[in-house]
Amino acid sequence: MNQLPLLLPVSFLLFSVISVLAGIWRRDLGYLAALVGAAAGVPLAIWGLFRVLSQGTVRYHLGGWPPPFGIEYVLDPLAAFMASIIAAIGLLVLVYARRSIDHEVPEKAPLLYPVALLLLAGLTGIVVTGDLFNLFVFLEIASLSAYALLASGRGLAPLAAFRYLILGTMAGSFYLLGVGFIYFSTGSLNMADVAERMPPLYESRVLLAAAVLMVLGLGLKMALFPLHPWLPDAYTYAPSAVTGLIAPLMTKVAGYVLIRLFLDVFGPSYLRDTVPVIAAIGWLAAGGIVVGSVMAIAQRDFRRMLAYSSVSQVAYVALGLGLGNPVGLIGALLHILNHAFMKGCLFLVAGGVRYRVGVWDLPHFAGLGRHMPWTMAAFTVAALGMIGIPPTAGFFSKWYLVQGGIAAGNWAFVAIILASSLLTAVYFFRVLERVYTSPLSPEVATSRGSDPPPGMLGPILILAGGVLVLGIINSIIVTQVLEKVASSLSGS
Amino acid sequence: MDTLVSTGPLAAIAVSLVAAGLIVLSGKRPNVREGVTILAALLKFGIVLSLLPRVLVGQTPEVALFEISPGISLALRADPLGMLFALSASFLWVLTSFYSIGYMRGLGEHKQTRYFASFAVCMSATIGIAFAANLLTLFLFYEVLTIATYPLVVHKETPEAMAAGRKYLAYLLTGGVVLLLAVAWTVAVAGSGEFVPGGFLRGAADHGALLAVFLLFFLGFGVKGAVMPLHSWLPSAMVAPTPVSALLHAVAVVKAGVFGIARVVGFVFGPDLVGDIGAVPLASLLVGATILISSLLALRQDNLKLRLAYSTIGHLSYIVMGVVLLAPSAWTGGLFHIVTHGAMKITLFFVAGAIYVKAHVERVSELDGLGRQMPLTLAAFALASLGLAGLPPIAGFLSKWYLAQGTVESGEMVFLALLLLSGLLNAAYLFPIPIRAFLLTSERFRRFDEAHVLMLAPILLAGALSLLLGLAPNALFHFFTLISRTAASVMGGGG
Repeated sequence: MNQLPLLLPVSFLLFSVISVLAGIWRRDLGYLAALVGAAAGVPLAIWGLFRVLSQGTVRYHLGGWPPPFGIEYVLDPLAAFMASIIAAIGLLVLVYARRSIDHEVPEKAPLLYPVALLLLAGLTGIVVTGDLFNLFVFLEIASLSAYALLASGRGLAPLAAFRYLILGTMAGSFYLLGVGFIYFSTGSLNMADVAERMPPLYESRVLLAAAVLMVLGLGLKMALFPLHPWLPDAYTYAPSAVTGLIAPLMTKVAGYVLIRLFLDVFGPSYLRDTVPVIAAIGWLAAGGIVVGSVMAIAQRDFRRMLAYSSVSQVAYVALGLGLGNPVGLIGALLHILNHAFMKGCLFLVAGGVRYRVGVWDLPHFAGLGRHMPWTMAAFTVAALGMIGIPPTAGFFSKWYLVQGGIAAGNWAFVAIILASSLLTAVYFFRVLERVYTSPLSPEVATSRGSDPPPGMLGPILILAGGVLVLGIINSIIVTQVLEKVASSLSGS
Repeated sequence: MDTLVSTGPLAAIAVSLVAAGLIVLSGKRPNVREGVTILAALLKFGIVLSLLPRVLVGQTPEVALFEISPGISLALRADPLGMLFALSASFLWVLTSFYSIGYMRGLGEHKQTRYFASFAVCMSATIGIAFAANLLTLFLFYEVLTIATYPLVVHKETPEAMAAGRKYLAYLLTGGVVLLLAVAWTVAVAGSGEFVPGGFLRGAADHGALLAVFLLFFLGFGVKGAVMPLHSWLPSAMVAPTPVSALLHAVAVVKAGVFGIARVVGFVFGPDLVGDIGAVPLASLLVGATILISSLLALRQDNLKLRLAYSTIGHLSYIVMGVVLLAPSAWTGGLFHIVTHGAMKITLFFVAGAIYVKAHVERVSELDGLGRQMPLTLAAFALASLGLAGLPPIAGFLSKWYLAQGTVESGEMVFLALLLLSGLLNAAYLFPIPIRAFLLTSERFRRFDEAHVLMLAPILLAGALSLLLGLAPNALFHFFTLISRTAASVMGGGG
């Protein structure tokens, strides 16, 4: 099965088209097709992961053209790891989406499901491609889908999505410009090929410009401080299920691209040792962790709080990368997975609250612990994960990041990671306090009191369970997958 | 020491965790729910006790479950020190379980399901701390204990309780973060962080770095152990229901802090290395100041529970002092004080709670003549007070005796003076309570009217234990053997 790398994006793409056509015929069938597509993705991704781990990297040359002339797709441990996260979150959110979307924006449902699959196709495409320009194409597919999805909310959503579109397009252009510079100076677009041709050019200004432009573009896409201001608005106004899909994945995949560029294109010896690009990313991330947390504390709207929290949490990934050593990188990659589960769970909880209570502002969370016991239990687990209380998954990201900081001798980063977990505790315990010890607010007391329907509650509970299980089994993931990815750092 | 693969330590932890789940499920049927609590407490104590014979013959029941970080397993080991803490905590949990039921029902408290479930999780975590075989495992349970105690602190849900809860979290989570840094740093320089009698850190880094690590450990654990100036969450947390103050804030949670310090001194650094890096002066300064200041503050408290809380702060530092004086007798005295202070202080808190439930009195100044109404309760209080002041034949005398020997062995005569002075101060703030209750009279308390037997029996049992441990320190649970094994292994270990 050497087509394996391309199978995942293609299958998502195919089902996206089927979903459109089926949706025209019968509305329900559109959703069903999308669900089948998302469900097919999970076994494919998991199979890919196991196969890569047992038999090594799988490469596929599109149309039989060998690289560097043709486009190459590469399923290596890192790509398979990312693809599995994308597929799993995609399926859970699609299961959840039906009731949630019908409740919030029913008229847009037929269009949202195909676009969601298109987003999954774009994201998986980004992680499996071995070609810098092809990556741009998938990045734009994913981004355009994301703009459309985010714009589907009510109120200010179109405006927020438009702002994201402008900034996101600029980001894409920066990246493309960087790719252009690389192409002019190396004559190649294939990642592996570019990496080989690069060392003689380390002194070149063009290469430096390319690196800076690409980091800038990807920094915007991943909402790296100070390029984050588009994110809170975009996440706040979109339908719950949309945020639940985009928040755990979109910024992390941009982070993945940064990691990929660092490891396999420019190479650690360039971005870390020759020019201090990685260190700069680390310091920006340190700023983002603090600013995101402080802004999250200042919010009254639950989803806005989560959005600022995302700014802070995605910066953990960048900070782990910025440490430039294997343990730090393991922390960063593990946090991509952990944060996808935790933040996915939290945004889906937000949707569940919206479904039953109708609003998102924090005062209305008062007393929900009795009103929606299972939803709030899931919220508690995810919140403890975000704070980094063992044995949740969030603790272990922190554990590896702190170890990475100590190994790098970077005490400032260590202090920031630790302080950030206290800031996170401030804004989550503020909510937990309300949920469990305040009386219900009068408006809520009259609403139907219970957890959301099983279709929504199921994914919430699975994600919350995942936050616990991923913590407990983290060592397996680290030794089986992430150490293989990070090992290339230890040699240099 | 023989090792012996045994699921006993794991079962001791799991039993109350499972119980917490059952308590939540049976929330609508209080009698079933409380039945689960009692059963879990008895079962847990039984399991811990069943490990004792093995430990006494020199075996070490242990189990490594799975890796929680590459090269570090979630591992449990019932060594003598862990057994000491686990036995005392799990035995007192049995008493507290009965007492809790009497107390909570006596007051008609709300949200009892949450209360009993959190309590069970706390006990799981406490035993986890006792049996943890390496630093990361210990840290994991330590943080679980922090979180699981929070619902108990805010139980009343009054603004005062919520404020105490916030303060509690601010102190304890910060302590946890400091501790995480210490653990991560230790693992970074010395590998797995598995406890070795006599320590494993010698030579792992230069003395400056090791001193920094030690201070991080000391401060991190010191928050739970209420070493001044990290103590102020403890008096605030007295807003919790009295059984919580009794078991968690006199035995389990706070002792987890001092236990952690003992683990680090004895099994991570080793006494010799702690001496070599120059950590003793600062640590003993903090501890000495705590002993003195807390006793003085206790004198000023009119609220009975607050007075007991400040007393706890001082007595916790007795234990830490025993540990950081690094002399064998000081270790013996300090570790024995974990057990004896537990028995005596839980008696005092139980009494305070019984008084609150029966007479609705919280202030020392309102206790005049209460001895008429509750003679047995206050007799137990008097007995435990004598013990805390260090008078023979009550258990507190023995720990103080060994501590005093330890100060002489290590040549710290200042601490000997401090210890004797603190004994007097203890008498000054504790004795007036039974004296007022028995010798003064008041219109309010005339009739004999003791608390419910569910509360009275634990009070009398805990009081009896305080006396028994003073008369025969090795009675029942061989505490003294466990302590001398620990002291011998730590002092004679590699260092």
